[in-house]
Amino acid sequence: MSGITERIRTFRQAAGDRWRAAPRWVRWAVLAAVIVFFYALPNKEFYQYLGPIPTTESNFGQVLFTVSIYVLLAVGLNVVVGFAGLLDLGYFGFFAVGAYTVAVLTSPSSDIKTLWPWLAVVPIAIALTTVSGVALGTPTLRLRGDYLAIVTLGFAEMIRIAATSSSFLKGQRGFNQIPHPPGHYADGRPIFGVLDPRPYYWLVLTLILLVVFGVRNLTHSRVGRAWVSIREDEDAAQLMGVPTFKFKLWAFAIGAAIGGLAGALYAGKQNFVNSQNFELLNSIIILAAVILGGSGNIVGAIVGGGLVAYLIERFRGIEVFGVELYEFRFLAFGVILIIMMIFRPQGLIPSRRRAAELKDRRKEVIVGG
Amino acid sequence: MLLELENVSLHYGRIQALHGISLTVDQGEIVALIGANGAGKTTTMRAISGIRPISAGRIRFDGEDISRLRADLRVRRGLCQAPEGRGIFPGMTVMENLEMGAYTRQDRAEVARDLDRVLELFPRLAERRKQPGGTLSGGEQQMLAVGRALMSRPKLLLLDEPSMGLAPMLIQQIFSIITEINSRGTTILLVEQNAQQALARAHRAYVLETGRIVKSGTGAELLHDPAVKEAYLGVA
Ligand SMILES: Nc1ncnc2c1ncn2[C@@H]1O[C@H](COP(=O)(O)OP(=O)(O)OP(=O)(O)O)[C@@H](O)[C@H]1O
Ligand SMILES: [Mg+2]
Repeated sequence: MSGITERIRTFRQAAGDRWRAAPRWVRWAVLAAVIVFFYALPNKEFYQYLGPIPTTESNFGQVLFTVSIYVLLAVGLNVVVGFAGLLDLGYFGFFAVGAYTVAVLTSPSSDIKTLWPWLAVVPIAIALTTVSGVALGTPTLRLRGDYLAIVTLGFAEMIRIAATSSSFLKGQRGFNQIPHPPGHYADGRPIFGVLDPRPYYWLVLTLILLVVFGVRNLTHSRVGRAWVSIREDEDAAQLMGVPTFKFKLWAFAIGAAIGGLAGALYAGKQNFVNSQNFELLNSIIILAAVILGGSGNIVGAIVGGGLVAYLIERFRGIEVFGVELYEFRFLAFGVILIIMMIFRPQGLIPSRRRAAELKDRRKEVIVGG
Repeated sequence: MLLELENVSLHYGRIQALHGISLTVDQGEIVALIGANGAGKTTTMRAISGIRPISAGRIRFDGEDISRLRADLRVRRGLCQAPEGRGIFPGMTVMENLEMGAYTRQDRAEVARDLDRVLELFPRLAERRKQPGGTLSGGEQQMLAVGRALMSRPKLLLLDEPSMGLAPMLIQQIFSIITEINSRGTTILLVEQNAQQALARAHRAYVLETGRIVKSGTGAELLHDPAVKEAYLGVA
């Protein structure tokens, strides 16, 4: 057992070292190839050669859209959990705020009947989720310890209950005819329609690239350094003159904004939003994805989000002894997470910094215990 | 007077850890604060640096009342603490840790010069500049904490047990570095278990017992005080 993990570890380290040692143009070329691959992926002419990976029974474009939304969420949550080290258990709440903002302001089923176009509402949705993030973070981020975890959990649950029982948010009946994003092909057909999920996937993919670019730049700036210091030792960060509260709030608000964006995209794709979309478990799944991938590392978050969402979708329609595997998805993730925590607590693709922190913490436990 | 504490009290929840402490530190001094485990030395440091709010009293620094000022703003005023024990950033390299010390500074060129000076003071850190802080030995981490605090170019440097866990030879070394830093113009408030060394190096000192100042005087006076000798210097 340890032989295998050891071998995997050395392989991974060698791969990592090779990657870091590779010339700049090689890395750019690989990156470009990966990006092209993911843009090409939803086309049947392309994915049919990939063997059993795509779910052939279901609509692969649709699966990819779902996966991309999860990846965007994982990237957003990673800012909060991975960079600033804040435990947010209700991240899906921001997704819900984004989706419902779009629904309320655009759908004909809404009580206020503004019927605004989708694109006009997206900035409002992002602004509103950011504000709700700030409103939630301002009182709690000043406190220490696990208050944030509890408050965010409560927030997500509050949103869910409001969605289920308030008549303004329409409960199970939900909002329908939410408009699609704008745009037409040369022949006048809309780009974003009901039949073809691929344009939505491409849209989300593009936004993921933009968000990742922005987040990456942030992490390499003074802001990023401040986040690392807060995550590693909040008292020491303060003693170095880092305004910790301000930067924690920034991380929280940025994470919320990204969650809101994902919600707005989702609403625009589905045309329909109701209370069933916002189970508490979704928050946990995204958190699991971030931890699985390796929190603190953007690539890790992307891989984690993609892998988790893809596996969940892949379980659909597969029956073992007459039971659908999909029913056991959460059990499976529980088991995988436990195994991960034992053998690889830093995640699949951890940041090197994070790995050092964990090692340090374990040393502390041994010394202290 | 650079720093003045006036009847400062501090609570951890319902437990009162400081009972009306008053002390002063003048420009250019090394002042030592000694006391047994749990006496409240670290707590006093926390009150001064502002990572714990005080419940009563006043703190003045450089002519300004900073009693309610946020910790990070106190750093900007020129007050920097090297925290007790493992207060370094474990995932950051030695260099990054030192850069964090200069977080509040804008004068890039001066920072680079200070970095050279710190690495000159601690050649051990220079050798390990790319190593994550968490993988340094205890003594090296201690040096890193002191070096990092120096990088903020403080008017007042707060050192909480800089000699903790060091080998005798290194203890000598760290105390000479402290004296050297001081002779270059930095005022120092020093918390120490190692009372012998601290009193020998300090201009003045305070003795803390269960959250109260019970004695004060010049370093030499306290070094020869029978009660201090018995309680803190291990001689009957
Ligand atoms: N975070 C905390 N919460 C509650 N009580 C605390 C906390 N930190 C310290 N105390 C208590 O306050 C008192 C003073 O502790 P402090 O750490 O200031 O002592 P010290 O003089 O630095 O001791 P040492 O020499 O062991 O470092 C102790 O009784 C301690 O138990
Ligand atoms: Mg102490």
